[in-house]
This record gives sequence, structure tokens and C-alpha cells, in this order.
Amino acid sequence: MDPHVTDPSAPLKGKPSKKAERQLAREGKQQIISFVFMIFLTSIAFLTVASDTIPNRFAIPFILIIAAVQVIMQLYYFMHLNERGNGWTNIMLWTGFFVAALTVATLMLLIGVTKY
Amino acid sequence: MSNAQAQKSVLWDWLTTVDHKKIGIMYLVAGGFFFALGGLEAILMRIQLMFPNFDFVTAQTFNELLTMHGTTMIFLAAMPLLFGFMNYIVPLQIGARDVAFPFLNSLGFWLFLFGGVLLNLSWFLGGAPDAGWTAYVPLSSEYSGTGIDYYVLGLQISGLGTLIAGINFLVTIINMRAPGMSMMRMPLFTWSSFVASALILFAFPALTVGLLLLMLERLFGATYFAVDVGGNVVIWQHLFWIFGHPEVYILILPAFGIFSEVLSTFSKKRLFGYSAMVFATLIIGFLGFMVWAHHMFTVGIGPVANAIFAVATMAIAVPTGIKIFNWLFTMWGGRIQFTTANLFAIAFIPSFVMGGVTGIMLATSAANYQFHDTYFVVAHFHYVIIGGVVFGLFSGAFYWWPRMFGYKLNETLGKWFFWLFLFGFHLTFFVQHFIGLMGMPRRVASYLPGQGIDELNFVSTMGAFLMSVAFILLVVNVIVSVKNKSEADPWDGRTLEWAIPTPTPEYNFAQTPLVRELDALWYEKTHGNGKIKAAEPLDDIHMPNGSILPIFMSLGLFLASFGLIYQVHPVTIIGLAITLGAMFIRSIKEDHGYHIHKEDIKKEEGVG
Amino acid sequence: MAEAVKHEQTLPSHPEKATLEGKNKFLGFWFFLGGETVLFASLFGTYLGLRNGVADGPTSQDLFHLDLVFIMTMILLTSSLTSVFAMINMKKGNFKGLIIWMWATVFLGACFLGFEIYEFIVYVDYGLGFTTSAFASSFYTLVGTHGGHVLFGILWISTLLIRYRKAGITLTNAPKFYVASLYWHFIDVVWVFIFTVVYLMGV
Ligand code: HEM
Ligand SMILES: [Cu+2]
Repeated sequence: MDPHVTDPSAPLKGKPSKKAERQLAREGKQQIISFVFMIFLTSIAFLTVASDTIPNRFAIPFILIIAAVQVIMQLYYFMHLNERGNGWTNIMLWTGFFVAALTVATLMLLIGVTKY
Repeated sequence: MSNAQAQKSVLWDWLTTVDHKKIGIMYLVAGGFFFALGGLEAILMRIQLMFPNFDFVTAQTFNELLTMHGTTMIFLAAMPLLFGFMNYIVPLQIGARDVAFPFLNSLGFWLFLFGGVLLNLSWFLGGAPDAGWTAYVPLSSEYSGTGIDYYVLGLQISGLGTLIAGINFLVTIINMRAPGMSMMRMPLFTWSSFVASALILFAFPALTVGLLLLMLERLFGATYFAVDVGGNVVIWQHLFWIFGHPEVYILILPAFGIFSEVLSTFSKKRLFGYSAMVFATLIIGFLGFMVWAHHMFTVGIGPVANAIFAVATMAIAVPTGIKIFNWLFTMWGGRIQFTTANLFAIAFIPSFVMGGVTGIMLATSAANYQFHDTYFVVAHFHYVIIGGVVFGLFSGAFYWWPRMFGYKLNETLGKWFFWLFLFGFHLTFFVQHFIGLMGMPRRVASYLPGQGIDELNFVSTMGAFLMSVAFILLVVNVIVSVKNKSEADPWDGRTLEWAIPTPTPEYNFAQTPLVRELDALWYEKTHGNGKIKAAEPLDDIHMPNGSILPIFMSLGLFLASFGLIYQVHPVTIIGLAITLGAMFIRSIKEDHGYHIHKEDIKKEEGVG
Repeated sequence: MAEAVKHEQTLPSHPEKATLEGKNKFLGFWFFLGGETVLFASLFGTYLGLRNGVADGPTSQDLFHLDLVFIMTMILLTSSLTSVFAMINMKKGNFKGLIIWMWATVFLGACFLGFEIYEFIVYVDYGLGFTTSAFASSFYTLVGTHGGHVLFGILWISTLLIRYRKAGITLTNAPKFYVASLYWHFIDVVWVFIFTVVYLMGV
């Protein structure tokens, strides 16, 4: 019987340290603020389009920027990409975004309809 | 009786194994089989093209052979064979006991195998796919038979396996390195496997979507590619090549890694310009994603777009050139041993450079209108794929065979094999440059006499026969060399995979090694006592349990594919239920593996 | 085999990354999401390339109604918040909280899915079948793939919740819950682009 073998299906007991507790509280607050902000941004985006007064030339880039901001908040606050030790996840995710952007752009523009 | 029992448990052991070494060997065996199959298809095509107006096979059969040759060689031979080496060798090179996800590793293998079998069953069930390995729409969506359905689903299943394998290698290399094995001390084969895995991660999803769309179009009446109702056929080409060009680098980068190991080992020198090599690998991987439209110059996406992709393509020649020079400088002044493994590595350099040069010619978008879809392209990609990837596979096979199978391949036979293959290869494909420049299109089942290409085609076929003879010599070599037992470190190796006993113990390293320098073993040979230092005291070793579930998951998808192809949806549902059921069991059953005891390890290592 | 010794284990600050398996899962899952990004990009690109190919069928302007999409968006956004709460509770060692907030997430996900199915039915009634036009096919494929992800997420998280209903937080299930919540956030990320690019730019 080796005592150093920890049992991976035993319930974890105890509370986080005071410091961790405070950290979690801070995190929670940040997340609620981001949530409110995201709701706000979403509403703005919908309003921009629904109001029908704002010309598309402005509205489309505007709502796209709003979408990007929201996604960044999801990734960094909700999914904790801002925490330390996330170097590789950041690298791979942003590489994914890079390839994704190229893909979307070509499929939109370079399909032989308009020649560039 | 007891013998039958033992027999059965050996089989069961292989079916359920999650050991990266056994999975590596299974990849090699399955990949080797498909390689032979793809080779057979090639020979049949070359016989058909031996004489003008020949009718050895029908045009329809020729199209099927052509499609299956390309698809098999890329997806079912080259990639799995590389995965075989990556599986077996990468964990050893980084001093790990296993990969990060042993279960998923086995799942990846079985998905690949079932996908490959599904694809090949099309031969017996209404004809193989016949629209080329690129399956361009609308040829594949509107003018082809069930073969394409097998293509779509077979590749979808095996592609899933590839994606899983890619993620597994990435995490393994990041998280499982032994103490001291920093990224910049990793052997080049590990590095290139890492970059290739990243390419898999970002390239395969595009193929997944492409295949999904083609499937929905063919089987469920979707209209993405149907121009009369607003569809567009160029979308398929983009999706295919967004995957397809990175795919060729997925193949070549691990081969580059193999050459780096082999050249440095057999020159008895440290790899010249290690960090430049790493950097070049990364750049190639990165640029590899920005050039795919060079396959589509003649489609008509526009002159500026063509120019951008042409320049980006040519830029890849720069990091590739850096690598070529570094290999040359690695050999410069070294004590070069001309083993079979090294012969392949040395022959690779000029062969691959020729393929690179024709690549640059093809990348010149204006000139491409002349070259495109002729035998010139066929010559180009065979120079890079055979002269690069296949040479790498052969080199790696001769190099790592003692580690993987415990015996050395016969060198005399090996050299015969090498020279025959090299000669046959150049004979086959060198002349194809000229056949193409004289105007013979690729993918045609025959040609008319008197155009000045009769003799060249005949010569090309002769070369193909030579390569076949060479391949048979390799098979013979594998069989007759079995008695040739090898010691643990037959080549006076430099990296960690040569520091462990032969046959490789199940747990790889009795004690996790401590890495002190690049070329860890060589450093200990020259600065220490020749033995790798241990990073931990001898202790019990934790091992994962085997599982039969991967086979069931793959089998379920295999069955579901038949349901989809023949639109018998109860079968589809049963198949998916098997897969999901197996996933469900996997999810709710906790399996914490087992331990190998210290005492048993001591016994095995012969120290107790 | 080592018998399981039931001795007390204290809560680490990141239970999801406390073991090597947990770390591997965490990293592997993130990489998988990186790949999913390209997968969805391919679908988005296809949709954007084909959205004007409506043939004789209805156009997006004929079909899309922002009120329904707004409600769906709010539901999914909120489900993202509930899964965040679940993770905070996990790190606090509050198993009950973890379970409750996760079930809330599942519930909201199911509501979202219900609305989506309703939406598709309305469109089909209006004459936008899957095979009507290239626009129709690419729209259903993109939004349907997202919906398929939601469905898979619901099934997955429910399985975990039922399987571990009494287990407490353990070193084995913490990473599982954690990656499931990452998956859920990712579904929301994709939805942000869908409502912007498909719906807002389509009305
Ligand atoms: C300097 C590097 C390279 C350049 C500039 C280059 C360029 C090109 C170009 C422009 C084409 C399109 C020809 C046409 O269809 O008109 C092409 C085709 C091809 N290349 Fe390369 N290439 C390079 C390296 C490679 C490597 C390393 C591989 C594989 C290991 C490879 C495999 C292929 C394949 C398979 C095709 C044909 C695809 C098909 O149409 O079936 N190339 N290459
Ligand atoms: Cu290419």
C-alpha cells in the first residue's frame, strides 16, 4: 500500500485560503460587471440595427467591433485566458483566429464573383 | 489449450492497447499495408499509360485508380506512417512515459483504420470514387456515383482520428517533457512533429466542413455548390485547399525532422544551426497557411489576389533554403557514415530541391496557366512527396527499426533497395516534367501516338517497375533480418530514445530522465558517464488501463456511414448510438489505471 | 493495484488543474476550441459567400425578426454567467452551488434550443426549406451546427451532473466540469458572431 497515492475520486474537503477567497470574490465581481457590460453592448448592437436610421456603412463595422469586444470579454474574463500560465492557450487560440479570419475573408471575397 | 488462451490474450492486448509504442507499430503496419495498396494502384495506372491508346484498364477504372491512389497515399499511407514514428519516438525523445491522452491516442488510430477500410470497401460496393483526390465540385457533387460517398465519409472518419492525434501530440509535447527538456532542447523530430500537429489542428477543420457540405449536398439535397439555385463551386476549392496546402506541410515537416536526426547522428556532429532550424520550421508552418490559392490560379479569383498568393508562396522557399543549407553544413566536416538511413537523407537533399524549384516555377501565377493540370505538376509534387516524405519514411524506418522492433535491417539489402528506388524514382518522374511541358494533361486515361511523348511515357513506366522491385526488396529485408538482434544503441545515438534498454520497456523510463543539454544522450556520453541522470528515485509507476471502447466508437461511425450512404436511417441511428453509448460509458466510468511495482521494475531493469 | 485509500484531501486553489490529467485535459480542450474556431469560420465564410444566392426562395430580409433573436441572445448570455457562477462555486469548494448553477445552465440551454427549433419551423413554413437555395442550405448548416453544439453541451453536462450528483468535488470531476463550462462559453462566443453576422447584418 503506497500512502503517497492520492485517491482521485475522494471528495475534496476544506475551504480555499482567505487570500484565494478574496481573489474569488474579486473575480466574481469582475464577471458580473462584464456580464452587465455585455448585455449593454448586445442591446446597443440590436438598437443600432433596429433603429433603421443609422446607415449600413457605419452600422456594420460598428456592430462587428462590438461583437469583437464581447468575445474578448468572454475569453478573458469568463474563460480566464487572462490568468497566468495561459501562454500556450493564447498562442493556439489566436492562431486559430488568424486562420479563421483568412478563411472568412477569402470565402466572402475570392469566389470568382468579383475579381480582385 | 493454455496456448490458445495466451494467443487470445495477445490479440486482445493489441485491440485494447493504449500504449503509444504498440499504437505506433499498428500505425506502421496499417500504413504500410495502404502504402502497398496505393503502390499497386499506381503501377496499374502506369501500365495503362505505357503505350499510347492502350487499353489495359477502362477509362472509368483509370479514374478510380487515380483517385484512390492519391487519397490512399496521402491520408492512409504517408500520414499514418509518420504518425507511427511520432507515436513511438516522440514520447521517448522527450523522456515521457506515455502520451498525454493514451485513450484518445488509441481512438485516433482506430478511427483512421475504420475510415480507411470504409473508403476501400467502395471498390466492391459500386465502384471507387472517381473525381480525383481533390474531389472538385460539381464533378463530385453531380456527376459521380456512390464512390464519392465512401470518399466523404471515409475521410471524415479518418480525419477525425487525425485531429485527435494532432491535439494529443501538442499536449504531450507541451506537458509531458522530462525535467530539463526545455522547448529549445527538444530534438528536431519532436519540434517538427509539434508544428505539424499544430497545422493539423487548424487545417483539418476546414476539410471537416468541406466534407460535411459535400455530404449534405449529395445525400440530403443541400445546394451550396448548385449554381442554378445560387450556389458557388469555388467554395469547395477554397475549403479543400485551406486544408490541402497545410496538409502537404503536415507531411513534409516530420520528414524534415527525421532528416535532421539522421544527418546529425551519421555525421557525428551536432545539428548545424539548431535554433535557425526550429525557427524555419515555425515560419514554414505559419506561411503554409497563407498560400493555398496557388492551387487555384486558373480559377479566376483575380490578378491581384493571384499575385499576393504567388509572392507568399515564393516566400516559403526562404525558410526551406535555410534548412537545406543547415543540413549541408551539418554534414560539412563531419565523419559521415553511409548507412542506408543516411543515404536516403543525403539523396533527399538534391531530390527535394528539384521539387522546390519546380514549385517556384508553378508559383509564378502567370506561367502557371501553362503548367497547371499538366504532368509538370505531377512531376513537381512527386519530387517533393517521394523525394521528401517517402525518403524520410524510409530513412526513419532504417534508423528507428532497431528501437521499434529490436532488430536491425540488413544493410546490404538496404543499399540495393536504396539505389534501385532512387534510380527508379528519378526515371519515373524526371521525364514527366517534359511530358507535361509538351502538353500532356494530368488525369487522362490515355493519349494519342505521335506527339513526342510515347517514349517518355514508356520510360516513366519502366521507372515505376524499378520502384516496385525496390519495394519488394524492402519487404524481403524486413523478413530476413529478423534474426539480426540489435543492441540498445546501435548507431551511437544522440537523443533520449537510445538511452533505454531494448526491447523498450512498457514504462519507457524506469526513472524519469534529467536532461542537461541538447542531444541529451550525446552530452552524457561526452561530459558524463554515458548514462542519463535520473530526475527521481525509483518508484512505482502509474500506467493507464487498456480499453476496447475506441474500437466500438469507431465501429459505430463505420456502421452509421453505411446507413447514410444507402439512406437506411435505422442503421445510421444504431451506428451513432453505438458511438455515443461508448462515449457515455467512457464518461461515467472512472478509470484510474494501475501501478507497476518498484520490485518488478528492478527485476526488469536487471538491477534488483 | 493500489487500493483506494479514503483519506481527506484538501481543496487546491485550481482543482481543475491540480493533477497532470487535469492539466492535460485543460490544455487539450483549449486547443480543440482553437480548431473549432476554424471549423466555424469555414461555415461562416460559406454562409457569407452564399447569402445572396436566394434563387426563388425567401431572403433573409423576408424572414429574420430581431425580437426573437434578442431573446435567444439574452438567454444564452445568461447561461454563460450561470456557468461562471458554477465554476466560482467549484473553486470555493461549494459542491451544491456547482450543481445548481450547472443545472441552471442546462435549463437555459434547453430554452435556447427550443426557441431555435421554433424559429426553424417558422422559416420552413414560410418557404425556406433546407434545399430551397444556397442561402437556405448555408444558413441552416451554420446555425444548425451551432444548435448541434448546444444540444451536445446539454447532453454532456447533464451526464456529468447525474453521474456526479453525490460525488462532491474531486480531482477527477473538477477538470470535467471545467472543460464542459469552457465548451459552453465557446458556444456563446460563436453565437455572438452568429447574431451579429447572420441576423443583424441580414435584416
Ligand atoms: C517551395 C515549396 C513549394 C512550392 C513553391 C510549391 C508550389 C506549388 C504550386 C504552385 C502548386 C500548384 C500547381 C498547379 O496545380 O498548377 C503545387 C502543387 C502541389 N504541391 Fe507544391 N509547392 C511546394 C512544396 C510542396 C511540398 C513540400 C509538397 C508536399 C510534401 C507539395 C505538394 C504538392 C501537391 C500534392 C500538389 C498538387 C496538388 C494537386 O493538384 O493534386 N508541394 N505546389
Ligand atoms: Cu500548395
